Amino acid sequence: MARIGVFICHCGENISATVDCAKVAETIGKLRHVVLSTEYKYMCSDPGQTLIKDAIKEYNLTGVVVSACSPRMHEPTFRRACAEAGLNPYMCEMANLREHCSWVHEKNDITTEKAIDIVRTQVEKVKLNYALQPIKVPVTRRALVIGGGIAGIQAALDIANTGHRVVMVERSPSIGGHMSQLSETFPTLDCSQCILTPRMVEVAQHPNITLYTYAEVESVEGFIGNFKVKIRKKAKSLDEKICTGCGLCTTKCPQKKIPNEFEQGMGNRPAIYIPFPQAVPNKPVIDRENCTYYIKGKCKVCEIVCPTKAIRFDQPDEILDLDIGAIVIATGFDVKHADFFPEYGYGKYKDVIDGLQFERLASASGPTSGAILRPSDGQVPKNIVFVACAGSRDPAKGIEYCSKICCMYTAKHAMLYKHKVHEGKAYIFYMDIRAAGKNYEEFVRRAIEEDHVEYVRGRISTIYEKNGKLIVKGADTLLGGQPVEVEADMVVLATAGVANSGAEELAQKLHVSYDSHKFFAEAHPKLKPVETNTAGIFLAGACQNPKDIPDSVSQASGAAVKVAGLFSQDELTREPLVAQVNRMAPPLYSTCVGCFLCQPVCPYQAIEREEFKARDGKLIKAVAKINEGLCQGCGTCVALCRSKSIDLHGYSNQQVYAEVMALLNEY
Amino acid sequence: MSHTATLTEKDTLAFHLEKNIDVLARKCYQCGKCSAGCPVAGEMDFSPSMVMRLLQTETPANDEKTLRSYSIWLCLTCEMCLCRCPMEIDIPSVMDFLRQKSLKEKKVNPKARRIIAFHKSFLNSIKYTGRLFELGLTLDYKRRSLTLMQDVALAPRMISRGKLHFIPEIIKGRPQVAKIFKKTSKKEN
Repeated sequence: MARIGVFICHCGENISATVDCAKVAETIGKLRHVVLSTEYKYMCSDPGQTLIKDAIKEYNLTGVVVSACSPRMHEPTFRRACAEAGLNPYMCEMANLREHCSWVHEKNDITTEKAIDIVRTQVEKVKLNYALQPIKVPVTRRALVIGGGIAGIQAALDIANTGHRVVMVERSPSIGGHMSQLSETFPTLDCSQCILTPRMVEVAQHPNITLYTYAEVESVEGFIGNFKVKIRKKAKSLDEKICTGCGLCTTKCPQKKIPNEFEQGMGNRPAIYIPFPQAVPNKPVIDRENCTYYIKGKCKVCEIVCPTKAIRFDQPDEILDLDIGAIVIATGFDVKHADFFPEYGYGKYKDVIDGLQFERLASASGPTSGAILRPSDGQVPKNIVFVACAGSRDPAKGIEYCSKICCMYTAKHAMLYKHKVHEGKAYIFYMDIRAAGKNYEEFVRRAIEEDHVEYVRGRISTIYEKNGKLIVKGADTLLGGQPVEVEADMVVLATAGVANSGAEELAQKLHVSYDSHKFFAEAHPKLKPVETNTAGIFLAGACQNPKDIPDSVSQASGAAVKVAGLFSQDELTREPLVAQVNRMAPPLYSTCVGCFLCQPVCPYQAIEREEFKARDGKLIKAVAKINEGLCQGCGTCVALCRSKSIDLHGYSNQQVYAEVMALLNEY
Repeated sequence: MSHTATLTEKDTLAFHLEKNIDVLARKCYQCGKCSAGCPVAGEMDFSPSMVMRLLQTETPANDEKTLRSYSIWLCLTCEMCLCRCPMEIDIPSVMDFLRQKSLKEKKVNPKARRIIAFHKSFLNSIKYTGRLFELGLTLDYKRRSLTLMQDVALAPRMISRGKLHFIPEIIKGRPQVAKIFKKTSKKEN
């Protein structure tokens, strides 16, 4: 026989101001099986909890209903109190009288009526509650970091320094990411590579980090603490153990006209190449798509010149199977290129470049060794125009958001130009200057006041070529939209930051959600910015949205702490509110008919196949089974199941039915 | 569109634009790309982005300024602004609407007199012949605008090249053209 105790909270005046709590307590007290119905000013306070604990012991309660605020707020509190009094915590339910009733209604009799109804449903439900035990799952203490840019590097180092093992996967031949391409960094103008390369080396040498470059994640299965990850190590076509990285092959390769990705197409590279001199690992790879041997079947110059005979033309791709406990996604971003803009020449003008290309021009290790020379004829541009918000904040182009980093790097670009070309004139066409960050506004003011960069508020409408000059048509909106025309030698577009190529496929492999711009989605925009909605997978850096270096690094450290926190536990416990497919004695085994329609609808891939076999190995029946580690208790399978074989713990069909019937029936 | 659901009756230009041609002036965030590309912005008293800003304020004084502006008459409806606008605001339609409103409320900018004269002469030519009759247009325009001697020197050369005919070419479907005129003028009223 159920013995239910009901505890009605006033929540100060939050509930009692509109709901007559005494009347609710009195009415509920008359219900069947309710042995105690009482009220108190603050149920969540220490005396309130003691009240519940004492009542459980005194009345020998089998179920508790706390009628107070939202379960999101205090369900754990009251369940803990019940557990301390020796009652299974899942025998405690909450009736939400605050958010669902007192806050949204006026003070009158109907409000109190509604409060009574809400409590009644929970009384009926709790009668059908049964004891549940938290689910325990083991943890593999090895993290996977996808992406070797600054965010990935920071996350990997931070995790590795807590003593846990890290596997880093980077799809290009070297780690470093976009940061290794930058010239100087705002707002301090310190050299990007000088601060990054020591970190890259640290990653390569760290005893806890295993680095796989030129590799990609092939598939991910499993759940928090227990992921099974397949990694494809693309064939580098050489034996890394033998190769000394002398680079002789890269100088002798006859194929030299391949656009250099690292230089953003501003220079060329051979088919066997090291992306940049500070690359980690500093060993070449053969780009099979452009290598003469793979295209025509003969050449092998690199093999002939290699002093250690490290070239392996027939090397296959390697697939690695890894057990992983947590994953950090740090795949970064990309920028739109000039060819995205019809009004700025569709990329047909050589001297209209994007911000990342300008970084390479300004970089001391770049194709011009740091001299600002225009790509078309190698002349120093006398007039240079920077276009901010190129593509960003432009719903017509499908990019509504602000790319966040362009205001700052455009100011930096103009400054770098002025530092190198003193007599030159730099214009920045902007819409707003968004310089929120430590020392950022000061940096922009420096560009304007000390370096005399000309800021014009207005968007560029058109760029066209006339007599070897780029005519840039803008307007000064601070002068009432007065037309402004600049004859420029070079134009730099601060193009929108967009999701990296392959982000969508990766998100699907990892079962993480992403937004309409294919940026990875966080679990909560404010309170869970590092987590994804899949437990055990975290985000770092610009794969979530365009971010500058300090933001990426902070988030990466945040993700690392999340991983370390996860790894600090021997096993993970989670709420047992998961679905279960029923089981019964042979020969039926289960009412499940094995149609597996639940499998495709499950958003968490939690439904597995269980086979019952006879002693001779003959299959008797195959039925669905739910992986408790993966199930999030959404109930989609319950609703879909044709034979009503699945039930959700804590929200069983019977319980929900009892709640509905409580509302329909007189009391 | 959901925005129409919350439309409250107001006697402002922005309201009428939203109600009649479904253009939201408040979408404009003043980037100035329209003014930057407009071929006649240099001649305008208010550039296209300024016109949008005047509409956004929704004050009687600024609405008055907009209707009395020269800009709305200078607009060529080339649609460069619409093509470039990141918010896809149909500025040419806005200008068209403002012109009609300005005419109806007799708030036409005095500098726009000749532009309106040309509009009327052009439409008359279409109305009566079904296509452009250059000589008729010219004479009618000169009569309306009193610019009798303007460009007269061009006439002999144009006649010799067959650009100015003395007799209008009349199209077959004149009744249909008349119908269009009848229908559209009725709609206006």
